Amino acid sequence: MNYAEITREDISFLEAVCGKDRVCCGSRINEDFSHDELSGISRYPEVLVRVTETGEVAEIMSYANRRRIPVTPRGQGTGLVGGSVAIYGGIMLDLTPMNRILELDQENLTLTVEPGVLLMEISKFVEARELFYPPDPGEKSATIGGNINTNAGGMRAVKYGVTRDYVRGLEIVLADGEIMQLGGKVVKNSSGYSLKDLIVGSEGTLAVVTRAVLRLLPLPRKTVSLLIPYPDLTRAIETVPLIIKSKSIPTAVEFMEREVILAAEDFLGKAFPDSSAAAYLLLTFDGNSREEIEQAYEKVAHICLGHGALDVFISDTPERNEAIWTARGAFLEAIKASTTAMDECDVVVPRKCVADFIKDIKRLQDEFGVRIMNFGHAGDGNLHIYILKDALEEKVWVQKLEAVFNKMYAHADSMGGLVSGEHGIGYAKKPFLEKSMGHSGMELLKRIKLAFDPNNILNPGKVCQ
Amino acid sequence: MNITVCIKQVPGTSEVEIDEKTGVLKREGVDSKMNPFDLFAVESALRIKAERHAQVNVLCMGPPQSIEIIKEAYMMGADTGVLLSDRRFAGADVLATAYTLSQGIRKCGLPDLIICGKQTTDGDTAQVGPETAEFLNIPHVANVRKIIAVGEQDITLEMELPCSVEIVRVKYPCLITVEKDICQPRLPSFKLKLATAGREVAVYGLDDFADRDETRYGLAGSPTQVRRIFPPETNTAHELWEGDGKNLAARLFECLETGKFITRE
Repeated sequence: MNYAEITREDISFLEAVCGKDRVCCGSRINEDFSHDELSGISRYPEVLVRVTETGEVAEIMSYANRRRIPVTPRGQGTGLVGGSVAIYGGIMLDLTPMNRILELDQENLTLTVEPGVLLMEISKFVEARELFYPPDPGEKSATIGGNINTNAGGMRAVKYGVTRDYVRGLEIVLADGEIMQLGGKVVKNSSGYSLKDLIVGSEGTLAVVTRAVLRLLPLPRKTVSLLIPYPDLTRAIETVPLIIKSKSIPTAVEFMEREVILAAEDFLGKAFPDSSAAAYLLLTFDGNSREEIEQAYEKVAHICLGHGALDVFISDTPERNEAIWTARGAFLEAIKASTTAMDECDVVVPRKCVADFIKDIKRLQDEFGVRIMNFGHAGDGNLHIYILKDALEEKVWVQKLEAVFNKMYAHADSMGGLVSGEHGIGYAKKPFLEKSMGHSGMELLKRIKLAFDPNNILNPGKVCQ
Repeated sequence: MNITVCIKQVPGTSEVEIDEKTGVLKREGVDSKMNPFDLFAVESALRIKAERHAQVNVLCMGPPQSIEIIKEAYMMGADTGVLLSDRRFAGADVLATAYTLSQGIRKCGLPDLIICGKQTTDGDTAQVGPETAEFLNIPHVANVRKIIAVGEQDITLEMELPCSVEIVRVKYPCLITVEKDICQPRLPSFKLKLATAGREVAVYGLDDFADRDETRYGLAGSPTQVRRIFPPETNTAHELWEGDGKNLAARLFECLETGKFITRE
């Protein structure tokens, strides 16, 4: 791909639009902007622009489109697959300064936000008003713009669904600088192709999201978590389909092994309420009264005890929930801190296949002699599997990683699984998407990309390119 | 060995609204829970129980519904529970509360060790534990941050003081109040919930005590009068600094030093 290099005139243009103090280039760009949290690829943008208004984004896109300069939109850079890395240099749009909560519409139960608002700010804001934004990805310091662009899922997906289910409307800036409104505050919409839903999960390749209208729910008054110890992971996971079948719907069904818990204890310097068992399920129930929740969880507790659970621990106060969920939220960072380098697989498989898939991971660990840690959302079939480098030599590590990945993605595919549950394709997972979608599927994606961005300047080299 | 743990039921959230006019907590629709500090006391007792086969008794003063937290202590592993409940105990300040607890403890028989949470989240005085020990005329150690050794005749502890840590050995019978984070409290067990569903809780009122002088209990026995309750002002002022790590670090150090949070050696 041939792109124009950034010139002195380009910088002057950007400075005229945003002011000198929000334009940064060359060695003045902080190292953080050259990579994301994991993917292993690194490249500095030629110029970093901190935008504060939709109008600025529009002017910059229009200019970049004319000049054929690649543009990479970016939130907090907490992605794991290189989606926010400027692999062709050019302009990086830092959208984090666009972080205003614009409107809470209590009559339509919507919240209108700019893309740089952090997930934790949204939950704090709405929960203080007894409202609820259900999507709950582990990374609370991610921006809502990033969440929308990866269609982030999180732990409450079992009951409440994913980000796409909570985006009512979007304001976007197209590659040529045109500003467009998609969807709105309406509950139903059968008006032509759902472009809004196409933008959700498009990883910054189709348009820049500059505003979002989010759907809210009334806040459930009470949350109770159950921490359920098992003698081994297989028995734990095998209970999950029985829980789902029992028709009581937990908001979250997570699984974890002692090894990950110990890593989190080490990382946080805080003890987990129990680490005596080899594996755990972590279930959450929400509702409006203690009685309602007790009824739901007692049924599930009996199912678990009948299928090999050692006990069922009840976490019913903010302090207890915090002790558990702080650790759960730190798993990724804890695993990262326990090794020299790692890569991840974020496959999603049909829920009833989770146990089989995990057994296969254990086998791969032994077969390839590489440490593999995993935890994840047993309730929705989305697994987070981390392959750790530890003391392996770089060359050996790369070989093993590729072999393990090929086997894992092939196995997921054979079960009817898909490449990514919530982290996206970005740069790192492109080969696996190709295998999964096939030639015609990829061609269709490319034609969609071309329709939105004929000059291919928006986050090029990602998803389907 | 016998251990008694004093526990209290408090509002389920720290964000309880206060009626500015009457100064009364708005408890309507607010769930209750065991005082979070008391969870550390219960856990400390259960760890000693595991080590020395002790009997753990929990003691709670409060309205009849406080029985819930005694049941919860059973779900954590406590053996017996006593509820001190009587209309004449209502409105007690720290002095009357400590006196009531001391009478309750005498009624049950003085144990080797009494463990209390350092303070409650609703009263926050941290006085009830030590005052109870004074009424029982036994030694007490507050702000215990670590239990070093549990002996036959005595217990060795680390006591947190404002600028130092003191290691003390104290003979039974004695009372200790434990710090938050002395250990990670276990979660209530559903198995124990099923197993203890029928276990009784003894309930005692004023007429069961050795001292039946009503002027020593409840409002009548409370020299403290609450003039006004109001939520503290919150300060959310913040400033944002930008710059490179070196300059920011220097500026942060200077700020902390000016605020006397740290001092230059």
